[in-house]
Amino acid sequence: MRDQALPTDGPVLSAKDVVKRFDSVPVLNHVTLSAERGDIIALVGESGSGKTTLLRLFNRMITADDGEVCVGGRNVHTLNPVQLRRSIGYVQQQGGLIPHWTVLRNVALVPRLRRMASPDELASMALQLVGLSPDEFGSRRPGELSGGQEQRVALARALAAEPEIILLDEPFRALDAITRAELVESVHAVLREIGVTALLVTHDIRTALDIADRVAVLRSGRFEQVAPAAELRSSPATPYVQQLLQRAGEA
Amino acid sequence: MTQFRKLPWLRSAGLAITWLGLALTLCPTATSAQSAPVIVASKPFGESFLLAEMFAQLLESRGFEVERRLGLGATEIAFQALRTGAIDVYPEYTGTGLVAVLDQSPEGSAGDVFRTVSREFRERWGVHWLPPLGFENTYAIAVRRESAEADGLRTLSDLARVADGYVGGFSPDFIGRLDGLPGLRSAYGLRVQAERSLLQAVKYEALDRGEVDVVDGYSTDGRIDRYDFVVLEDDREFFPPYEASPLVGRRLWDTRPDAVRALSELAGMLDDEAMRALNRRIEVDEEELETVARDALTDIGLVAGPAIRMVSDPEGRAGSLGAYLLARRIEILDLTIRHILLVSVSLVSATLVAIPLGLLLERARRSAEAIIRAIGLFQTIPSIALLAFMIPLLGIGVVPALVALFLYSLFPILRNTYTGITDADPAAVDSARSLGMTEAQILKQIRLPLAIPVIMAGVRTAAVITVGTATLAAFIGAGGLGDPIVAGLALSDSWMILSGAIPAAILAFLVDGALGVLQRIVTPTGLEIAG
Repeated sequence: MRDQALPTDGPVLSAKDVVKRFDSVPVLNHVTLSAERGDIIALVGESGSGKTTLLRLFNRMITADDGEVCVGGRNVHTLNPVQLRRSIGYVQQQGGLIPHWTVLRNVALVPRLRRMASPDELASMALQLVGLSPDEFGSRRPGELSGGQEQRVALARALAAEPEIILLDEPFRALDAITRAELVESVHAVLREIGVTALLVTHDIRTALDIADRVAVLRSGRFEQVAPAAELRSSPATPYVQQLLQRAGEA
Repeated sequence: MTQFRKLPWLRSAGLAITWLGLALTLCPTATSAQSAPVIVASKPFGESFLLAEMFAQLLESRGFEVERRLGLGATEIAFQALRTGAIDVYPEYTGTGLVAVLDQSPEGSAGDVFRTVSREFRERWGVHWLPPLGFENTYAIAVRRESAEADGLRTLSDLARVADGYVGGFSPDFIGRLDGLPGLRSAYGLRVQAERSLLQAVKYEALDRGEVDVVDGYSTDGRIDRYDFVVLEDDREFFPPYEASPLVGRRLWDTRPDAVRALSELAGMLDDEAMRALNRRIEVDEEELETVARDALTDIGLVAGPAIRMVSDPEGRAGSLGAYLLARRIEILDLTIRHILLVSVSLVSATLVAIPLGLLLERARRSAEAIIRAIGLFQTIPSIALLAFMIPLLGIGVVPALVALFLYSLFPILRNTYTGITDADPAAVDSARSLGMTEAQILKQIRLPLAIPVIMAGVRTAAVITVGTATLAAFIGAGGLGDPIVAGLALSDSWMILSGAIPAAILAFLVDGALGVLQRIVTPTGLEIAG
């Protein structure tokens, strides 16, 4: 089981003119987006705006009805979905840790699936990266962790196999304000440190502005604005974006 | 990498074979016709028990080896068993043979009916009616004396006038049979206000307490006098003659003419009065079946009287229920062990089938619901009916009982396995899939371990149900704790009922507890909090 080497030039992630319908209702309506190596892009929108759908197109958990979705310059339809997913980190809203596995075994999941050498060592390194001591937490079960710790473990699991891409689906949603602030800060630091290309789905524009290089605002399956964080803040392109910023106290 | 790879299918198959072996040890070993014991059976009511016990003792006194299968479910089960050679002889009534087996209308004299059933049974199935024993046991429609006096009831025609204010308590048999309620309806226009299906054993009690107002009893029943009920006259001669006879199967008839001759000696030996007196000794005075049967045979002069009638109280009936149970502990232990074997063989087989099937269905979700519901249909078949259906295929005894218990256990385990697996922690399953686990890996490493508490709950449900249902296995001669329950019900012997019911209840309790411990052991660490 060889790792799928990604080409070094061109966008790492791209979606071109993508359409996705659920029961003939369009959820994504001709959406185009691309990310260069090391980009951190936040997808912001209300629930139902299509942001999670867009995220899951990239690891083929969902397939597009129309348009082209590429990872590393290759159309995802030409790639084996299981291999593709093993090469992309993934964190979801409620951690999604496997409850009967220890923290270390959870984190070592992808290295083990990819038959990498010493998966437990990779898992320990990943735990340290997210600020958890492997000695203290490695042998615990997910049920013995706090919400913030669970999300840190989930992040470690997504990073343990050292992927070039990571997808994060509302990783902060279930957390209280203080824990969230701490975690946002350390996620930001970790993503920068390893230089991974990241796509973050969030309903909270402030989190998006704190973490991302670029912010893409989705509304009813279309982009309202895709711009660097500073530009979005200074010149919102539509009244909707303006309103989002105002509501978040960022205008 | 996976903890389940350590348990390959081969080993499961090995276990299954072991269980099959265990199941076979439950079955009596096959023997040739020459040395085989004569299998004497009865239906599940007192008179049938008593007559069968008399047949058995008579044959034993003539040197035959006898095996007793007393209390077989109903006419349907007993007759099927006789027809298919699972039993050799049981007491039957000519009217029942005419109406319930031959499906003919209830008419003709006693002699006509006997000739008809003799001819038809012999020609169709090689089954023989021996000469009648001498008494008739017809249906006796009984009411409380006070209702008879208040409404001026003497005959069934009188009852038909006022029946719309009466609640009936009838045998399930009677409600459906042509010579029962449907026939009464057409012969007398008799329609009761409501009908309840009651076992013979509880019917008189219910009538006495006013829970029902009219019941179907037997004319030779020993209890009708005791309660001071009024038996209404069949003024239109609706009920056919019900002469009792030994009904003999083809094998006994063909290979053991001497045994058939011995049974024929009972012809004409018991009149109505004698039979009622014998029934009263069993059902009212709670004397032992064996004693009453022996006395009856001695009085008729077919066997020599015993030197000493009752030397002591071997069953501890003089003392408390506790003393009675203690005196019978060896027998109860035997029955309990047999019961445990019935339950465990069927339960383990059902588990070995239902869990893999549940896993398979997870991969074929579209057809899963339909298949699970189809298996659930077995649950809706009343146990007695299911047992009766199986007699033509599997005979009577342990095998059909195991198959029935297996079918009943299947559904709760399958349903829980499927639900546990499909509902397993959706977030964990979704992230595992998103990180590149294959569906097979997810099934084995995530869904199955997460489903274990739910699967075990299904096994525990099935176990408790099976311990209870296995008591019904007595109706097809499979033994177990149902034996004293069925016999006790037939003989109105509440201690005997309890000697089966109490161990069964304790067993259900212990089995559930033991499986609870097993559940804790097999539940993966980390799930205890959730599970």
